[in-house]
Amino acid sequence: MEDNYPIKRIIDDQGSLVDTGFENQIDEQLVQDLYYHMLRIRTFDRKAINLQRQGRLGTYAPFEGQEAAQVGSALALKAGDWVFPTYRDHGATITFGKSMARTFLYWNGRVEGCVAPQDRNIFPPAVPIATQLPHAAGAAWAEKRRGTQNAAIAYFGDGATSEGDFHEGLNFASVFKVPVVFFNQNNGYAISVPIEKQMNSETIAQKSVAYGIPGVRIDGNDCFAVYFETKKAFDNARAGNGPTLIEAVTWRKGAHTTADDPSKYRPEKQGEDFVDPLTRLELFMKNYGHWNDEWIQATKDKTSSEVEAAVDEMEKFPPPNLEDVFNHVYAEMPAQLVEQRESYLAHLGRR
Amino acid sequence: MAQIKESITNNETTKQLTLIQAINDGMRLLLEEDDRTIILGEDIGKNGGVFRATEGLQETFGGDRVVDTPLSEAGIIGTSIGLAVNGFRPIAEIQFLGFIYPAYEQIMTHVSRIRMRSMSRFTVPMVIRAPYGAGIRAPEIHSDSTETLFTHMPGIKVVCPSNPYDAKGLLIAAMEDPDPVLVLEPMKNYRSKRDEVPVGKYTVEIGKGKIVREGTDVTLIAWGAMISIAEKAAKLAAQKGISCEIIDLRTLYPIDRDIIANSVKKTTRAVIIHEAQNTGGLGNDIVSIINDTAFLYLRAPIERITGFDVPVPFFALEEHYLPTAARVVEGIEKVVHF
Repeated sequence: MEDNYPIKRIIDDQGSLVDTGFENQIDEQLVQDLYYHMLRIRTFDRKAINLQRQGRLGTYAPFEGQEAAQVGSALALKAGDWVFPTYRDHGATITFGKSMARTFLYWNGRVEGCVAPQDRNIFPPAVPIATQLPHAAGAAWAEKRRGTQNAAIAYFGDGATSEGDFHEGLNFASVFKVPVVFFNQNNGYAISVPIEKQMNSETIAQKSVAYGIPGVRIDGNDCFAVYFETKKAFDNARAGNGPTLIEAVTWRKGAHTTADDPSKYRPEKQGEDFVDPLTRLELFMKNYGHWNDEWIQATKDKTSSEVEAAVDEMEKFPPPNLEDVFNHVYAEMPAQLVEQRESYLAHLGRR
Repeated sequence: MAQIKESITNNETTKQLTLIQAINDGMRLLLEEDDRTIILGEDIGKNGGVFRATEGLQETFGGDRVVDTPLSEAGIIGTSIGLAVNGFRPIAEIQFLGFIYPAYEQIMTHVSRIRMRSMSRFTVPMVIRAPYGAGIRAPEIHSDSTETLFTHMPGIKVVCPSNPYDAKGLLIAAMEDPDPVLVLEPMKNYRSKRDEVPVGKYTVEIGKGKIVREGTDVTLIAWGAMISIAEKAAKLAAQKGISCEIIDLRTLYPIDRDIIANSVKKTTRAVIIHEAQNTGGLGNDIVSIINDTAFLYLRAPIERITGFDVPVPFFALEEHYLPTAARVVEGIEKVVHF
């Protein structure tokens, strides 16, 4: 099966083009966009871990190693598209337009962190596994019914393919031929369980056969392969040809969360030969004349100050509103709930 | 559909409809008046639903609006979430309440809390319809009455009509509600009687119960298929000189506390009837409401006549599981002669 789904790659580990078919589509703007966003979310990710260690952030799920998969796919989206992420896809949602400060807030236990800007259809991250796949199919179905050119993307990991909702989402999407891209990041582990214990199939892409939809396996650490293949899947979806399953083979460099210790379950040398996706892009930029010291430095400065500003914004955010315990559960609060709220506020001496 | 006798009452056109016909009539109206209405479910298209709730609807409105879905409850609810947040108004039919459990995760973790998790940026105004209850000699698992799995769940409302008029009115109210609503339909009452049902649009307010029989000695509180049991029991009690008031709760969350409090303050006694299991049953919440609102008026401890703490038995024994009028009368006599 691996032979039927060869890993598609545009640049290799040394940053050299191995598929020249895309050479003339790789322009300066795309290279700079990819680099800027990958550096930006890496800076965010590392900052988040530091903040957690300092006690300034709650438990955090890092994504280092998966920047090419998240940025490459998010840059293939258009403004009206729908994004259904997991809790490890904030790199993708930030790239698509979610505020970094809000994302920090999310990891600080603040519900405000789930709220995306009005002009971006970004769902709160799915915490149960694979439940967002049917949502993406439904949102895409609505776009199809309205006859728009918008589509949806569902992010999910390798472990999610074992859940029933993975099947139900792909099945609905394929039966009703809705414009959705199922973007799998196969990072090798579902917390501690490696993929070979997760499934008996050699690839995730091959599961597309069961739904009669295209399946493609890509090097998830090659930002160009991710970008162009996701774009192709979106073009296909917008053209009315239904869903695509993409398996982006990548690597979770760090722990499952800051509360996890991967040395307990990962062989010591595993991942040693992993070439960082950002390093690969840097090598490509040097190889093909896109490297500009001045621009690189300016970008580093810019992303650092953006992340610092986001930390500042998060830390200066107004304290949580106690009444938000009760708000937003119903459009109109039922009498029972009003009574419970009033009673609690009275207990606190605030009524 | 069976022949429908039309008549005029109070200058308003009504039809003689069964509960299932009233549901069908309500859905037809909702499809007619709002293009965003979409019905999803198993066997609801050509087949018109296993109970014929959607009979003729696909024929009129097409397969894009009355959708035969794959056999996939989590898929039905999960895609309905996506449709609802993206501007459609889904009515999701779950064939039997006993088959809703694969979708429980979608309802518990998403339907009920997307509003809260997104601070109202995303909402899922949708209706989930599910036939429930025992007493029609259905195969096992088809007879569950697990309403408290959903009344316990914050973020969703639960209604349960007992008659054709309320069924259509509550269904329309559920569709107009900005929050998700589970409509539990008593299978036993689907064709048990006909009511005058207005042809046009009307709503029965969610959160409001109804006094369906006035009385002075004891309040019977029930809903759905148990209303007819309560009515039978009230008639038997009347022969013994006991006057029963019956509350049809109609909405199981949020419960109409005022109607319960006012009635119990008047009658000073209460018997709660439900076919769900006793432990964790809604009867306990009603006891709490009475405790909070009418404790000092009570002349006897509250009685609960309910199903037992067992899975609903295979139908050869289901009559022993379901509350009967005789058991209710026993409860009534207990509280009256306490």
